[in-house]
This record gives sequence, C-alpha cells and structure tokens, in this order.
Amino acid sequence: MTNAAQTSPGPIRRWIARATVRPEPAKRVQFDRPLLPWLFLAPQLAVIFVFFYWPSAQAISSSFYIEDPFGFGATFVGFDNYTDALGSAEYRHIASFTAIFTVLVTAFSLGLGLLLAVKADQVIRARSTYRTAMISVYAIAPPVAGLIGMMLFDQHIGPFVKLAAWFGWEMKVGLNYFDTAFAMILVSVWKQVPYNFIFILSGLQGIPQSVREAALIDCKNGARRFFTAILPLLAPTAFFLLIINITYALFDTFAVIDVMVKDKAANNPITLVYKVYVDGFRGNDIGGSSAQSVILMLVVLVLTLVQFRWLERRVHYG
Amino acid sequence: MAAITITNVSKTYPGAAAPSISDINLTIQDGEFIVLVGPSGCGKSTLLRMVAGLEEITVGEVKIGDRVVNNVDPADRDIAMVFQNYALYPHMSVRENMAYGLKNRKTPKAEIEARVAEAARMLELGPYLDRKPRALSGGQRQRVAMGRAVVRQPAAFLFDEPLSNLDAKLRVSMRGEIRRLQKRLATTSLYVTHDQLEAMTLADRLVVLNAGRIEQVGAPLEIYHRPATTFVASFIGAPAMNLLDAEVDGSRLRIGSHVIDARRNMAGQGAITLGIRAEDLHPSATGLPFKVDFVEELGAQRLVHGLIDGQALVLILDPHLPLQDELRLSVNSDKLHLFDILSGRRLEHPQTAANGIPVPA
Repeated sequence: MTNAAQTSPGPIRRWIARATVRPEPAKRVQFDRPLLPWLFLAPQLAVIFVFFYWPSAQAISSSFYIEDPFGFGATFVGFDNYTDALGSAEYRHIASFTAIFTVLVTAFSLGLGLLLAVKADQVIRARSTYRTAMISVYAIAPPVAGLIGMMLFDQHIGPFVKLAAWFGWEMKVGLNYFDTAFAMILVSVWKQVPYNFIFILSGLQGIPQSVREAALIDCKNGARRFFTAILPLLAPTAFFLLIINITYALFDTFAVIDVMVKDKAANNPITLVYKVYVDGFRGNDIGGSSAQSVILMLVVLVLTLVQFRWLERRVHYG
Repeated sequence: MAAITITNVSKTYPGAAAPSISDINLTIQDGEFIVLVGPSGCGKSTLLRMVAGLEEITVGEVKIGDRVVNNVDPADRDIAMVFQNYALYPHMSVRENMAYGLKNRKTPKAEIEARVAEAARMLELGPYLDRKPRALSGGQRQRVAMGRAVVRQPAAFLFDEPLSNLDAKLRVSMRGEIRRLQKRLATTSLYVTHDQLEAMTLADRLVVLNAGRIEQVGAPLEIYHRPATTFVASFIGAPAMNLLDAEVDGSRLRIGSHVIDARRNMAGQGAITLGIRAEDLHPSATGLPFKVDFVEELGAQRLVHGLIDGQALVLILDPHLPLQDELRLSVNSDKLHLFDILSGRRLEHPQTAANGIPVPA
C-alpha cells in the first residue's frame, strides 16, 4: 500500500529539488567517465527497484490472474479482476466513502493545522512549551493513535461517548456505520494536525516581518490581510501539504482504521486501501486485491499529475 | 499633507531596564523633510515605527495633523512607509503591489489605475508593471516600494533606511531621486538613516539621536558648523571633527605645551574639549607642530593623519602640496569649537572681547 503512495516519484522529487535548492550551474560537477554517475545512483536505484518497481510490477502482473487460495496455481483471466472490482456495488460504495473520507480528513487536518499555526505564531509567552505540546502528538505511532482513539470512543469508558450522550447522541463506534466513520475521521485528523502545524508554522515564520508590517499599513482588515498578503506566501507549503495529506488519508490511515474495525461487525466503513488488505490477506483473493491496488495506484498517479499540472501554476515559490 | 507632532514620547520595551527612547519632543512642519540620524541602537527606527504605529508608545503623544494617533491602526494613520528590505509582496506584480493599499481602501478602479500609471511614469517603472518583484534589481525594487508609498498620497512618508541595501553608486542616485520626489510632492517626510552623508544631503532639518535622546535638531549646515555636543561633532561630517584635550586661560588656549592665542575671550575656563574640523587646519610658517603619521589619498583631497603633542589629529590638505614629515598648523580662532569636558556640551564664545568692545564675527 505504501508503495502506491510513492507513485510518480519523478515530479515530486523534481519539485522538491526546485522548492528547496536553487540550481547553481557554476557548482555543477562534470563527470569524466559516463559510468561514474550511475555508480553513485546505484544504491538509490536499488532501493527504489526493490521496494517500488518490483512490487508494483508484481501487483500489475498478478492482477491479471486468479490465484488458487492455497497457492497451487494461477489462471490468466485478463481484465476480469478489474471489471469484477469496478462492477461490484460494494466496491463503488467503499470508493465513495474513501473519497468523502479523504476530502474530510484532508480539509480538516489542513484547516485545523493552519488555524493552530496562525494562532501559535501570535503567541509570545511560553511559546516553545505551547509548540511542543502541539507537535508532540505527531510522535505517537498510528496504531497507538488508533488505540487511544478507541479508548476515547469506548462504549463504557470513552469520554467522547459520554460527551455525545450529553447531547442525546447515543454513540456506538464499531456498530453504527456513521458513528464509526465519525470516530475514524476524528482520530485520523487528530493524528495529522501536528504534522501540518509544524510545516505551516515554519512557513509562517519564513514570511519576512517587514512584509507583514507593510501589509499592516496597507490593509486594515485582519482577515482580508491574512488571505491576500500572508496566505499566498504559504502556498508552496500548502501545496506540498495538500499532496502529503491526500496520500495520508488514502493510505496511512490504515492503522487507525484497522484498530477501529478489526473484529467488529461487518457493516463498518473502510477505505479502499483497507479493502485491498481485507480481500488479499483475509479473503486470499490475491488477483482481485492486486487489481484494486493497481486501480489505487492509477488514482493517485492521476491525482498527483492533476495537482502538479493545475495547482502548481498558481503556487508562487519565493 | 500634515504636520507631525511628537510630544514627550518615551518607549520602554517590556523587561528592559532603561527606556530605548526617552522624552522625545519634535515638531515636523507640513511638507518638511526630517532625517533622524544616529548610530545603530540609538532608537531612531523605534521612533519612526512609533509614528507608523508598528511599535507601541509607552509614554507621550504622537499627532499627525490635528489627530492624536497613539491608538489608531497603522492603516488609518494616513502614512506610507518605505522599508529597508523593500517589503514588497512577492506574489504580486509591480502593478498589484502599488494598487494593493488603494484597493483595500476601496478607491475607485479608474482612480487606482490613474495613480499607478502616474507613479510608474514618475519612477520610470512603466516597463516593469507586470513583473514580479523577484524579476527586478535592488534599485527597481526600491523604486516600486517608493511607488507603493506615492500612490497612496498619504499625509506623511516614513522611510526606514531605504537605501542601506543598495550598492554605493545606486545609493547616490536614489538619494537624488528621493529628494526630487519629495520636493515635487511636498509631502511631510520622516527619514531614518545611520549614514551621516545621506542625512546631510537629504534633510531640511536633521535630528541627531544618541542613546534614545535628541542631541541636536537643526539644518544640516547649522549642525555641521555649530555642533551642540561632542557626540554630534564626531558623528556629523567626514572625516570626523578632531577632538583634543585643551585648557582655556582667558584668551589663550593650551594644548599640551603649546599655546594658541585666540585674541578674544574664550568660553569656559580650565580644562575643555577642543574641536577643530579637518578642513579648518592650515599649514603655516609658525603654529602648532604636527607630526605626520600616515596619509589617505582621496583624489581631490588628501587626509593627513598625525599627532599634535601626542593627540591624534587629521587634516585635509591640497594633494598638490609636497608632503613633509613635520608641519606647523594654524587655525582661525572663529573655527574653534569648545565643549565642556564632562558633559560634552558646546560652550559658546562670549560675543564681546575682554575690554567690552564687540568682536567682528
């Protein structure tokens, strides 16, 4: 799954290089022998090959076969695995939940991260304590975060359940589809906010003081000032975070979902990546699972390309 | 257009023991070009930023026009500021940079366009209007920053060391441009710099600041010719005024073992600090013996460094004169500046001679 998260490393790497290092032609090293640069590249290429290209190729090839559950043989079935997946109502249902889940998690974690960073940027007293408290959540491993989330939403001791009960909401995480989805989104957002917070805060601090002061003289309305003079300067950071957050919501929420829905009744919300896992490793349908992961890979590829094509044009790099 | 009145203004940063600015009183006339000058840390930028509203005023009152602005938003103070590092909005084109402040003030579109076009013409920014700041050179960026101030047509311009980031040659031409622009628009201007040459050439009136206090206010030449303190004397003018330990005895001045007869009653009595400008010392047949230490050639002038009775001294000589190891120097007694040895304050010569007959100036 995480392999697919790195789909299209080319543009991302190119872009990171553009965003961080300015090319200095004067310092460019010229190699005398044509083999030498390849030798330097070899370790990196080996890692990419072993952990990305090879498994991807495996997934693509096995997506065209139906494999015997016990591994005795495989039958070539062409695109049947794909049509089966895309044709199934369950798959489409999970796909639409995944889309909603991704949009909500991305929007809320970016929005909250931005809000907290802007506020933290204005804190003067005890600023480092405050920031450490904000950032420390990021140090929690995803399964642990899922567990903590489960505790918070526990039927008997969970404070969130009690809080919801105050408003007459009888929360049943793991049983009720909507309640589970709510808890999943909340925990996923909570886990991702500190990451966004760190990046946005450092982005904010990279904005020159004098530009802020010039804006202070040019624009009286604080909100308007923020959206017209400050936020555009955060665009490179925001663009990077948008890509990272979408990938996070699509793939890295796996552990949170796993903790929340494992061993629970069947009708629970899951995302596509979790379905890949369930079909492949629980259902032993390697072919179908591979086809699904190839579809996911293509989705991420397209998403990333669209982002780079359309969004990046609007991004101003300092 | 408006006057700026600064009354009893002090500034103490939270946690600081001493105030950064103490008890400043200053009235800037409508249309006047005032330069705040002083060494770094003297509080000149702090004072400017208090007028701009970027820094809180601890004590005192700042008035722009007839309005006390202590608690007025920077955007409502009717001022425009030019920053040292230009502070242009990097994501906006030159045109948008200049229009931004007007757009936020709901100025009609046609009016904005007209003002931007006028400013662009004035500052020769026409060809660059659609460029982003990063595609401009330092001088062009600074012109955009000035354009952004000009289009606002504010009551006052505030300049915070606007030329410090430019190279020496560009600084001289921009200096001229700022002066021309200000003359033409006749907008009250407050300009901060640490460069005394910039201060001298730009100012209608100079304000010399030291350690958060005003040392002297006056026209550049007035300050140059009659510095109120040893600090001003050594800060304004290049090379700095020579300051020597001396002793006054009636009409006679003693520097070490040497005596100058001023032929008039001198200010003070006993030990004083004597100030002499480098250009006021002339070689002569008799006078103070001067030992040449080293020479700096400036082309049009020659700066000769040396010692009089063990005290360092610099003088300006014609580069055509042959150099000698020893000289004798004379000085016109009108060109002697006397300062109190403790307070550093200027001591005025009495206007009458010892016998009560007025001395021709």
